[in-house]
Amino acid sequence: MKAAGKVFQYGDNVDTDVIIPARYLNVSSGEELAKYCMIDIDPDFVNKMKKGDIIVAKKNFGCGSSREHAPLAIKCAGVSCVIAETFARIFYRNAINIGMPILECAEAANDIEDGDEVEVDFKSGVITNITKNCTYQAQGFPDFIQKIMEADGLVAQTKARMMQ
Amino acid sequence: MGMTMTQKILAAHANKEYVKAGELIQVKLDIVMGNDITTAVAIPEFQKTGAKEVFDKDKVVIVLDHFTPNKDIKAAQQCKSCRQFAYDTNIKHFFDVGEVGIEHALLPEKGIVVPGDVIIGADSHTCTYGALGAFSTGIGSTDMAIGMATGEAWFKVPKAIEFRLEGEFSPYVSGKDLILHIIGMIGVDGALYQSMEFTGEGVHSLSMDDRFTIANMAIEAGAKNGIFPVDEKTIAYTKEHSTKPYTIFEADADAQYEKTYVIDLSKIEPTVAFPHLPENTKTVDKAKDITIDQVVIGSCTNGRFSDMKAAADILRGKKVAKGVRTIIIPGTQQIYLDCIKAGYVEDFIQAGAIFSMPTCGPCLGGHMGILAEGERCVSTTNRNFVGRMGHVESEVYLASPAVAAASAITGKITDPRTLGEE
Ligand code: SF4
Repeated sequence: MKAAGKVFQYGDNVDTDVIIPARYLNVSSGEELAKYCMIDIDPDFVNKMKKGDIIVAKKNFGCGSSREHAPLAIKCAGVSCVIAETFARIFYRNAINIGMPILECAEAANDIEDGDEVEVDFKSGVITNITKNCTYQAQGFPDFIQKIMEADGLVAQTKARMMQ
Repeated sequence: MGMTMTQKILAAHANKEYVKAGELIQVKLDIVMGNDITTAVAIPEFQKTGAKEVFDKDKVVIVLDHFTPNKDIKAAQQCKSCRQFAYDTNIKHFFDVGEVGIEHALLPEKGIVVPGDVIIGADSHTCTYGALGAFSTGIGSTDMAIGMATGEAWFKVPKAIEFRLEGEFSPYVSGKDLILHIIGMIGVDGALYQSMEFTGEGVHSLSMDDRFTIANMAIEAGAKNGIFPVDEKTIAYTKEHSTKPYTIFEADADAQYEKTYVIDLSKIEPTVAFPHLPENTKTVDKAKDITIDQVVIGSCTNGRFSDMKAAADILRGKKVAKGVRTIIIPGTQQIYLDCIKAGYVEDFIQAGAIFSMPTCGPCLGGHMGILAEGERCVSTTNRNFVGRMGHVESEVYLASPAVAAASAITGKITDPRTLGEE
């Protein structure tokens, strides 16, 4: 599995209230939520970005509310991967549970700049910065989590388990 | 090597003698909870698993507290789907308008959560129940769906930070000031992926309401959970509110903590978190001359009876400053009733405040007190992120009920200890 696209870069502590503000949480469809993705931090995000583009941020991405609407809005907007130095823990597990690819890599998070073209190989965890012509090694997922991702999320994995 | 309190509860629920930090485990759940926003997302995921029934009708809780009474048509549709699901699956603990309270005030009050439980809730402030000596943490809608279907969840066993408390608070200082002080000290990711374990003699001086407020905001330091040891106060609270069997877990003497902070409660001052992060804290004396447009007293952090009392004791016989909309929201119907009986509602109304039915309302910028561009609010809630309570150019200052009530009277951020001096 690979992803490639242009980078939209943000700083520390991007919270779920700016990713998808509560005023839009009276609906739960991913397509609907995607229209307002990142609206309170970058109002023009959904118009500027193209399918496959990548979000890069620094520490504690996705802090705040447990709203799964946040990774869902990002996924349904067409973002192919979020790279950050660290993720807030609920966002981290929500992203894995719904099959939204995320990678923790301090080096990449601090070196990649807004607008860089970046390629990600999820299997090896290698992030290639095409613009700067260099690579970074992200942390791999533990087996347990890899299996959830391979099953295409926790729901699909559980379904298989319940059918047994 | 010994285990922390959190690790012991997790080990027991994973059917293991011993767990160590970093280990991934599958855990049996005592309670799975969701609200009107997150349950709406969980329902289709639950159905996709192929499950026809919830794993245990007595252990699933749905609380319609965020956008209720229905704030608009879309919210009404969302609540309708939750309601239908609750009826179809026949769950025991379903709370709709009339019975509803803010989830994290409601579950302990109704005795649904007790010491030793493992609780997941599709709401980040589910960590509140750590006050009772339970392992309790926020998760998302998919985890809720799987929890409802299987009664299990996966966890990485957290490392721990110890907060050893000594002494007692001075007057007008409360749990809110302590947790804001701690978040200011360690930062909004200071406890990322870890548990916050409160220990020490100072714990016993804290009321249960203080402990709920402190555990509630563990998530604001990035923590997986916050947890308090079980003492006489916890047991008295549990017996008063619940008939459920409970288990007391204690940390081993040689439990491993990544770090230990020793905190003297008598040195804690009234504390305010400035926009736009809960870690931007200052003691109230350094928050002078900040004029405000609105005060909110309520939420899962500070909507309990002692919070209402703190506000009433300050507002009684006084008037809120002209132009300061003062909105007071009790956490549950029971607290609402208790405020009526205690005469607080009259105190609030005579002072020029409004007193609402329980709801999350303005805390998340839902309804009942949205801020316009450039407006400032002192709030006893838990988050002051950009746009949290309304316009992206509005500002939220987090504080205790005492500071919020004092600020309502003067129209600017005020130390309750200086009221009447000017
Ligand atoms: S009161 Fe605020 S923080 Fe608490 S559950 Fe409601 S919206 Fe969330």
